[in-house]
Amino acid sequence: MVSLKTELCGIELDNPLIPASGTFGFGYEFAEIYDINCLGSFSFKGTTKDPRFGNPTPRIAECTNAMINSVGLQNPGVENVIKNELPKLRKCFHKPVMANVSGFSVDEYVYTVEMLDKEEGIGWFEVNVSCPNVHGGGMSFGTSPEAAAEVTRAVRKVTKKPLIIKLSPNVTDIVSIAKACEEAGADGISLINTLLGMKIDLKSKKPVIANKMGGFSGPAIKPVAIRMVYQVYDAVKIPIVGGGGVATAEDVIEMMLAGASAVEIGAQNLVDPMACPKIIADLPRVMEKYGIKNLKDIIGGAH
Amino acid sequence: MKDVLLTIKTNKKIAKNTYEMVLVGDTEGIKAGAFVNLKLDGFFLRRPISVCEVEGDKLTLIYKVVGEGTEKMANMAAGEQLWTLTGLGNGYDLSKSGDRPLLVGGGAGVPPMYELCKELVAQGKKPAVILGFGGVDEIFYENEFKKLGADTYVTTVDGSYGTKGFVTDAFDKVDYTYVYTCGPEPMLKAVYNKSTTSGQYSFEERMGCGFGACMGCSCKTKYGNKRICKDGPVLEKEEIIW
Repeated sequence: MVSLKTELCGIELDNPLIPASGTFGFGYEFAEIYDINCLGSFSFKGTTKDPRFGNPTPRIAECTNAMINSVGLQNPGVENVIKNELPKLRKCFHKPVMANVSGFSVDEYVYTVEMLDKEEGIGWFEVNVSCPNVHGGGMSFGTSPEAAAEVTRAVRKVTKKPLIIKLSPNVTDIVSIAKACEEAGADGISLINTLLGMKIDLKSKKPVIANKMGGFSGPAIKPVAIRMVYQVYDAVKIPIVGGGGVATAEDVIEMMLAGASAVEIGAQNLVDPMACPKIIADLPRVMEKYGIKNLKDIIGGAH
Repeated sequence: MKDVLLTIKTNKKIAKNTYEMVLVGDTEGIKAGAFVNLKLDGFFLRRPISVCEVEGDKLTLIYKVVGEGTEKMANMAAGEQLWTLTGLGNGYDLSKSGDRPLLVGGGAGVPPMYELCKELVAQGKKPAVILGFGGVDEIFYENEFKKLGADTYVTTVDGSYGTKGFVTDAFDKVDYTYVYTCGPEPMLKAVYNKSTTSGQYSFEERMGCGFGACMGCSCKTKYGNKRICKDGPVLEKEEIIW
C-alpha cells in the first residue's frame, strides 16, 4: 500500500493535488461531475476587494501544448464571494479550502484577507502578488522583493491562518523574492503563476488576445516551474506549493522531487474536467513503478 | 456535462469550407442550441461546435474550416473516435416561440437552427427560416429545412442565389411571433435592430474550458455578467448589451 498523504503548513492533505485558482471557480461546476472531496484541497477563484469584470474578450488563445489567458481576475468581489459563493462551495467541499486573494494596493489585500479570515472552512490564504500595484506605477508587487515583502507583512498582521505567497515567474531572481516573503512572515510559497506571453494571428496580423498579452500556462511551461521550485526549495525553509504545466501523475512526482509539498493543477482542468481525479487514481501505479511508498518522503528528493 | 467517446460515422464536405460530421455514441443531455467540446489529438484546447441534430445515439455537427483544428477535423475518417464534452450551454427555450417562430441562421450559425426547427415542428409550430450565406457555393441544408416543412428563404451577399443581401433583407417576406438566431455578431445586431418581436440570440466567443470554470468567454448583459459557455450561448434579446 502506498500513501498519497502530504502536509501543507501543518494541515494534512489526503493527497497533494490542489486545483489552481482561476481554473476551478468555487468548485461547484466540477462537483456536478465528480465528488471534489477526493482532492487534497483547491484554491478558489482569485478574489479582490471590489467586483471585477476583467479584461475585454477575446481572453483566450491556444498555443502549442499551452494556452494564454487574460481573464483579468474577473470575480464578484469579496462581499459577494462571502454571501453567494462560499455557501455553495461549503455544500460540495468539506475540507479546508485555499483562499486566493488579489489586490491592487496593500490596503486592498489587507481588506480582502481580513474579511475572509472570519469565514469558516478556509485552511490557507494564497496571496497572488502578480497584480499591478496602482500606487507603485503599475509594477507588479511580485516583481520586487520589497513590494512582495510589504504585502506579506501587511497581510500577516490580519490573519493567523497559514499564509502562502503565490509568486510571479516573470522576474529575474525568483529566489530573492521568495526569501523576502519568508522573512516577512510567509508560511509557504506557491509557484509559479503564469508566464507573460503573446500570440499573433496570421490572418488578421494582430494579437489574438484583446489585451494583447496574457498569462501563458499549460504543459509547455513545466520545465520553468520545475526549475523555479527547485531553486526556491534550496533557499527557503517554508513549504512550497508547486505548479505550472502539471498534467499527469508523473508530473506530480517530478514537482515533489523538485521540492513541492503540494501540487497545483491549472490549465489541465480546463481541457479535461476529470484531470484531477484521474491523476489521483493513477498516482499509486506510478509510485509503485518508481519504487515510492510515501509521497511525503520524496519532497525535495532531487536535491 | 460528461466526457464521452464518440465514433465518427461519416465526415463529408457539404459546401465551400463546410463539413458535416456524424458521430455515434452516448448523446444523452444534448439539446437544441447547445454545443459540444471536442478533444483533438495535437491540440491543447478543445473545439466547441454547435449541435446541428441529435437523433437517438446519432449526433450531427456541421463545422467550417477556419483554422488548424477544424482543418484536422476535416481530415478525420469514419471509425476514428473523439472525446467529447456534452451537455454544454443553456440551449434555446422553445416555450416562448409562439405559433410562427422565425429562425435566422447565418453561415456557421445555420446548423443550430436545424435541431431547433425539427423540435418546433414536432410541437406543431409553423416555423419560417431565413438562411444567410456569402454565395451559392456556401449554401447547405436548404432542402433539409424544407423537408421539415419550414418555409425556407435563402439570402446570399453576392446575389448568386435567393434574395441578394443579408438575412434582414428577407424579413419582409415573413410574419413571425418570435425570433431565434445564430450567426456572426454583426448579423445578430442587424437582426436585433430589424426584428419587431422578442427573441433568443446565440453568441460565439473564444473559450477556454467550455463549462464555466475559466471565465474566458464572459460578457456583460443587462442582467449582469454572463459566461457565454455556461449561462449562454443563448441570450434573451432583452438582456443584450451591444
